[in-house]
Amino acid sequence: MRPTDTSNPDYFHKVVDCQWGCPAHTDVPEYIRMIAQARFSDAYMLNRVSNVFPAILGRVCDRPCEPVCRRGRIEDKPVAICRLKRVAADNRGDITDRLPRAGPKNGKRIACIGAGCASLTVANDLLPLGYEIVMFEKLDCTGGLMRSNIPAFRLPVAVLDEEINYIVDMGVDLRLNSPIDGMEKLLKENFDAIFVGTGAPRGKELNLPGRHDSEHIYIGIDWLESVAFEHTDKIGKKVLIIGVGNTAMDCCRTSLRLGADEVRVMARKPRGFFKASAWELDDAEEENVEIVVNHSPTEFVIENGKLVGMNFDLMEYDIDDKGRIQDTKTVGEQFLPCDDVILAIGQENAFPWIERDIGLEFDQWDVPIVDKTTYQSTLEGVFFGGDAAFGPENIIWAVEHGHQASISIHKHCHDESLTDRLPFAMNLSSAKMGIHEWSYSNDYDVKERRLMPHVSLKERFEKLNIEVELGFSAEQAATEVERCLNCDIQTVFTDNLCIECDACIDVCPVDCLTITENGPEEELRTRLTAPATNLDQDLFVSGKLPQTGRVMVKDEDLCVHCSLCAERCPTAAWDMQKFTLEIPYVEDEAADGLPAKEVA
Amino acid sequence: MSYISKPKISHPRLPKNELGLTARDYEGGMSTLCAGCGHDSITGAIVQAVFELSIPPHGLAKLSGIGCSSKTPAYFASESHGFNSVHGRMPSVATGANAVNGQLKYIGVSGDGDTLSIGVGQFIHAVRRNVNMLYIIENNGVYGLTKGQFSASADIGSKAKKGEENLQPPIDACLSALTLGGTFIARSFSGDRDQLVPILKAGLIHNGFALVDIISPCVTFNDHEGSTKSYEFTRQHYHPVIHADFVPPSEEIKAKYEEGEAMPVKLHDGTQIVLRKVGKGYDPTDRGAIFHYLDEHQKAGEIVTGLLYVDEAPPDLHAVNNLSSTPLASLSNDQLCPGNAALQKLQARFR
Repeated sequence: MRPTDTSNPDYFHKVVDCQWGCPAHTDVPEYIRMIAQARFSDAYMLNRVSNVFPAILGRVCDRPCEPVCRRGRIEDKPVAICRLKRVAADNRGDITDRLPRAGPKNGKRIACIGAGCASLTVANDLLPLGYEIVMFEKLDCTGGLMRSNIPAFRLPVAVLDEEINYIVDMGVDLRLNSPIDGMEKLLKENFDAIFVGTGAPRGKELNLPGRHDSEHIYIGIDWLESVAFEHTDKIGKKVLIIGVGNTAMDCCRTSLRLGADEVRVMARKPRGFFKASAWELDDAEEENVEIVVNHSPTEFVIENGKLVGMNFDLMEYDIDDKGRIQDTKTVGEQFLPCDDVILAIGQENAFPWIERDIGLEFDQWDVPIVDKTTYQSTLEGVFFGGDAAFGPENIIWAVEHGHQASISIHKHCHDESLTDRLPFAMNLSSAKMGIHEWSYSNDYDVKERRLMPHVSLKERFEKLNIEVELGFSAEQAATEVERCLNCDIQTVFTDNLCIECDACIDVCPVDCLTITENGPEEELRTRLTAPATNLDQDLFVSGKLPQTGRVMVKDEDLCVHCSLCAERCPTAAWDMQKFTLEIPYVEDEAADGLPAKEVA
Repeated sequence: MSYISKPKISHPRLPKNELGLTARDYEGGMSTLCAGCGHDSITGAIVQAVFELSIPPHGLAKLSGIGCSSKTPAYFASESHGFNSVHGRMPSVATGANAVNGQLKYIGVSGDGDTLSIGVGQFIHAVRRNVNMLYIIENNGVYGLTKGQFSASADIGSKAKKGEENLQPPIDACLSALTLGGTFIARSFSGDRDQLVPILKAGLIHNGFALVDIISPCVTFNDHEGSTKSYEFTRQHYHPVIHADFVPPSEEIKAKYEEGEAMPVKLHDGTQIVLRKVGKGYDPTDRGAIFHYLDEHQKAGEIVTGLLYVDEAPPDLHAVNNLSSTPLASLSNDQLCPGNAALQKLQARFR
């Protein structure tokens, strides 16, 4: 293998699995250390730089960081990253004077369509640079799907309002109740750029016999919206939810709070194929929602004009050893009685209001063609982000789209190339404080993942908006922060200092180091101190060591960043260095490449 | 030393030996030796060797004297028996322990000072008696614990950290053992684990005194330019002559060797070691020639390494003295104590 190029920020970035896995690349280990030091406001602000809505995301993020957390490979459970984010938000002090402020006007006007997380992020990034943001929202409130589709028992309205208002109060020209009924008209209004952040507002339909013969069959996201805005306040006793994604989980739990007492979530496939996040399934099942597998809906059964139930085919699947479905067969039928049915089988973006002859091209699925780097459509100056860009994703993706679109908008307004963007950069600084002291908690803490305390099952159903999750206690937070392995404190190797004494190899608790002859990666992986079978994780390979010409190889898979290799190294060939990813935001682009100002 | 101890977690896919143990199960306490000490690497090699041999930790006894080297037993096999004896007196304790319990595997860990200076008298008799043990000399050419004076193994011309030159000739442990009738004589280097681990394994199985003299650089007092026991000097003047391929009893010799290049030696438990000649003109059975070879190369400043000499034939301490193969602790009181009548009879002989 060629020696690893650690000057490329991607190498060390990838070692920080959570940060690499987060679409917005939130500096997770750093904010967890801040929480450990009770610097909650600092932790909150650090979060806000990348993910803009820490309190919201600390509750409802889809947490792409957690499944990839290294701790989950060392033992069973990853660090409760999302819960800790909420700890930072819950315990922060008054941070209003640390929030960005609108800069002196630069004369550029940007239209943002929709007042959801993507548009809000664009406003957050562009207002400080002096842009005027005109935000059009068809409803009479901000927040988009965060408000209409996420039930208040998961995301309290006050939390939502507070973080949205941080941005709106910066000086957004907010136009509520202002649906855009034509792009062509908007284009004529002389905005310098238009950002479309209208989400994926159309729930998927299930056209089976009887679908339109009853008023008790709802589209999940529409129904949740109508509950959120108090147009719906009750439902029948027996409810069937079709689909088993996160919207289905919100629908079933909301049903329970509106009077249903027998709620079934109907899944066509077995467990393991569910779209819902594991923790959302757990939370629903804790509330005694029954999840019924292998039932494929065939018909809404209407008797005397009234919905009485649904018919299902009973399915059987042949699943191979890789977990893929090889064959499907129907082995029977079943009728399940119900009073209401909620369809939660997906959603899509929809643009009936964009004319198809204005130069904004749509693809074969009638989705606008959007560049994955610049977020620009085929019509110059019109940008897309959030679910509107590439279909339904999570809030954290929409935020990242907003950051990237902001950079493009800025470049568009200054006649710069949209693709000529600043690269990621990094800082490395030694974490050494003394002979055996490091600027982080390097000892491995064996404690298990803390569990989120919930409001009791009895109490939580009393009102629709009682937040179920209570947040970590101080003790829980103090324990959980110590579970973080500080993967951003990197093991940095200087090959010409190594005297090949083997000290690091012997002391490594997870056997991730080897000094050996170099070879092709596939072959090298087979002859390391411990087998390197996780191909998703890189091998670090040094240059030739001075005394024997062999190389130092590190399998990044299981390193617990305990610093012992560096402590036992007599020549400081190994050092623990704090890695800081420098993510370019629009303010950096505007500042001509000067580094972003420190937030902490 | 480190403030934290090595975390107990381990790689989930670590290989296991016949006892179902991983190499981690043969570890000891955290080393308090200097970072980069060759002794720690030897500890790692011992852990690897006893792990690979599937020796139950309670079937192992670790003994040592005084010195940096003699701290080593604390750093491996924490579940095993151990005895940290007086300076240079480990061979006596090992001899006594071996006499009363021949069923344990004995590992004596000593240094060049403990063996070749204060303990040289004890050492030569342990070799001569062919005590069944693995005797490791962690040889760094200096008294590290007293801040780096030349030891009895320092080479003529080797320089101390502040430039002073050693003028006295060294005692070569391997040459000495050869003259004393040693039956298993090896030299290795802490920085060459591929060579060292099979030698340690063979030494543990060898029926008799297995001497392994290991160059083990002292990073603090003897790893500088001018030292002849530094990592760099050792690697530059390294001259392996015999590599020992270790073949457990359950396996056949699979590797192919050139005619005349390999010599299989059967150890008493059926294990075979194949002595593979790396250096030209070396005969691992000819004591006289070996003596000459080692002497010549030492004069040339070369460090000859490998399993230099092995002879399974000579009887060990137990056989010569017709000692009980059952550990005394396992014998009944009647067997251990012949009774008053026998004592009276014995005493009567001296009246």
